[in-house]
Amino acid sequence: MRAFLVLLPRDLRLALRSGGDVAAVLAFFVITVVLFPFGVGPETVLLGRIAAGVVWVAALLATLLALDRLFAQDYEDGSLDLLVLSPLPLEATVLAKALAHWLLTGLPLILLSPVMAAMLGLEARVWPVLVLSLLLGTPCLSLIGAVGAALTLGARRGGALLALLILPLFIPVLIFGAAAVEAAATGLTARPHLLLLAGCLAAALPLAPIAVAAALRQAQS
Amino acid sequence: MSATLLKASCLACLRGGRLVFAGLSFRLDAGEALVLTGPNGSGKSSLLRLVAGLVPAFAGTLDWTGAPGSIAYLGHQDAVKPALTPRETLRFWGAAAGAASGAAAIDAALAAVGLDGLDDLPCRYLSAGQRRRLALARFELGRARLWLLDEPTLGLDIASVARLEARVARHRAGGGIVMLATHVPLALDGARGLALEDFAVAEVPL
Repeated sequence: MRAFLVLLPRDLRLALRSGGDVAAVLAFFVITVVLFPFGVGPETVLLGRIAAGVVWVAALLATLLALDRLFAQDYEDGSLDLLVLSPLPLEATVLAKALAHWLLTGLPLILLSPVMAAMLGLEARVWPVLVLSLLLGTPCLSLIGAVGAALTLGARRGGALLALLILPLFIPVLIFGAAAVEAAATGLTARPHLLLLAGCLAAALPLAPIAVAAALRQAQS
Repeated sequence: MSATLLKASCLACLRGGRLVFAGLSFRLDAGEALVLTGPNGSGKSSLLRLVAGLVPAFAGTLDWTGAPGSIAYLGHQDAVKPALTPRETLRFWGAAAGAASGAAAIDAALAAVGLDGLDDLPCRYLSAGQRRRLALARFELGRARLWLLDEPTLGLDIASVARLEARVARHRAGGGIVMLATHVPLALDGARGLALEDFAVAEVPL
């Protein structure tokens, strides 16, 4: 618990002071979504059909954008050594950092997603399901992404490696997330898909911090 | 307070597939200091990281009787964020170490390294020596018994080196243990020396 009180304010403050990062992620998200009407044409029916998938893929890529910096800065300036040595459990530290990442990327993306969905012509009645699916899905992305970020620490071209390593692991989350919205759009219940997403989150929440902590300890030597 | 001690026996360290040192044994009781010397690459930093618990020993055993979290480590890097002020930096590391770091404790820590007056300036405006001093100020917070200092004098001016010597003496007087690697001779009463080149392993041609 103390790890959260110590690390969350620090990480949020650092991100807000250095600015830019959050704005870049959001701008990337918006631009990626905006590219699709240019690519596939302005047909409302077609765009409405692919809207859920587009918003989900864009959110996933935007999440990835900020991931490689999750531990890299602490690693480079020596803070990570001290965090590993501190009496705070490393798993809790990791969870706090992943939560900060989600608050700075996932949450703003979720708040923007109805706007993006509206722009693509997704029916308004489906928006709550889209938001709910992102609410369950984006924390998974932050947690799974943290494992990749820890594993690629110190690697040359870590960003590209991180994407190769992590994107395949994002696929289940993407499938369930997009399927939930799809189901709601066609009048079916989104419940099973949302439950599966919740299952992903329930698995990632305890397991990812353990994996990340192990990877960070490994990165020290 | 029970006597704290650090005991190493037959330590060996492997780095990049090469044995840096082997057969290293020492014992440090409360109030003692050990100064590591040796040429570049002789394993001073590796030994400090090994004692800190950041890297596992290749062979040998290491016993530290202090509580977990009672080790304070200063590496080559200062762990100072350019966007935070010295006060925020110390508040964070103090809280991470589990110390009650009120404003008074932080003021005292800043004064101990002569950084009072700069406490609300973002660290990006600090010089390299001032950052080093801020990194050393961390040691004032928390209850670490064992100080591990890797080249603590890097970038420090003469007055700061003198302050560091005084702080090390005070820490030892309070029963603390200090292990430090340095190329600059420091005035430390009764400190023992450990020359790491004595434990170097000769390359065996295959």
